[in-house]
Amino acid sequence: MIFYKLFWVFTKIGFWGFGGGYAMLSLIQEEVVDRNSWMTKQEFTDLVAISQLTPGPIGINTATYAGYSTLIHAGYSHPIAIVGAGMTTIALCLPSFAMISVISYFFLKFRSNRYFSLAMDGVRPISLALIALAALSLTNGDNFIDYTSPILFITAIVCSVRFKVHPILILLGAALVGLVIY
Amino acid sequence: MHFKLFCQFTKIGLFTIGGGYAVIPLIEKEIVNQGWLDRTEFYELLAITESLPGVFATNIAALVGYKVSGVRGGILAALGTVIAPFFIVILVAAFFGKVQDNPYVVKVFKALRPVVVGLIAAPCYTAFKANKMTLKSLIIPIIALILMFFFHLSPVWVIVFGCVGGILYHKFKGEQRQLPKN
Repeated sequence: MIFYKLFWVFTKIGFWGFGGGYAMLSLIQEEVVDRNSWMTKQEFTDLVAISQLTPGPIGINTATYAGYSTLIHAGYSHPIAIVGAGMTTIALCLPSFAMISVISYFFLKFRSNRYFSLAMDGVRPISLALIALAALSLTNGDNFIDYTSPILFITAIVCSVRFKVHPILILLGAALVGLVIY
Repeated sequence: MHFKLFCQFTKIGLFTIGGGYAVIPLIEKEIVNQGWLDRTEFYELLAITESLPGVFATNIAALVGYKVSGVRGGILAALGTVIAPFFIVILVAAFFGKVQDNPYVVKVFKALRPVVVGLIAAPCYTAFKANKMTLKSLIIPIIALILMFFFHLSPVWVIVFGCVGGILYHKFKGEQRQLPKN
């Protein structure tokens, strides 16, 4: 029963979660903490903190963690909880994945359609704004904590744009810098 | 081919630090620069992803995977993106419940966070270059950004305006243009 409930709840979140991972968190909190009492507010805060520290999309990490810890709390064994965590993770991706299958089909089909191609000409400059918006929405006090933060921010852009350093190398470099300077 | 795609996205998933948007520079480096996907198509897919609900990272992965090698590519790319984060979250949940309080982890993330924002901002420049935009044509993304950031207009609407704008602009100019070959 709890498996069915978990699957349904995360499918629902995947369907209504517009606006990226952070927007999705409030939906997850509403379902997991307020409605179903699968975890406490404190646990949820810890969960968000852990999701931010581990690699991967925040929404996915939160779904995995919530699925796992909910089943452990309900008294299930570790292997069953891991299976449950896989289920909630997939449930979260399922609605948009179904839409993508349909969209991709039409995208390939209409690629040579005149109007579709004109529409895409109009969309491409917008993608610049979408990327900028993503960066801008993360430019806040949580990510920029002191005067070295903007320096690190600019250094990352220069390394990436000017010197074409691979993002993975930049991330590893930043981790080392953090260990040294903080 | 499929296996390689899966591995590429596993690598991308492993370094998706600080939320889903961090996949943008990684996909650009690992998929677009390797010639798996046309750069202009990447920006189109990016805009489509922004108008979908759900997890940004797995959605863009699925769309890119689908474009590269069909339904199976889409499923493998999305799975690849989540597989590493999934097991890391399970490990943390099972054994390292208080990882967020570890002093070394705190140090590393203080430096990583602004760098991630920088890496997300950097593709703005490549998008500007790849779309052969002039400084004058920057007005469109700037208006789009102001509408979304300050007036909280949903990206879905901005993308719809972009589509309509692209069609109207060419209709108005009555310009003959080459269609992309499929």
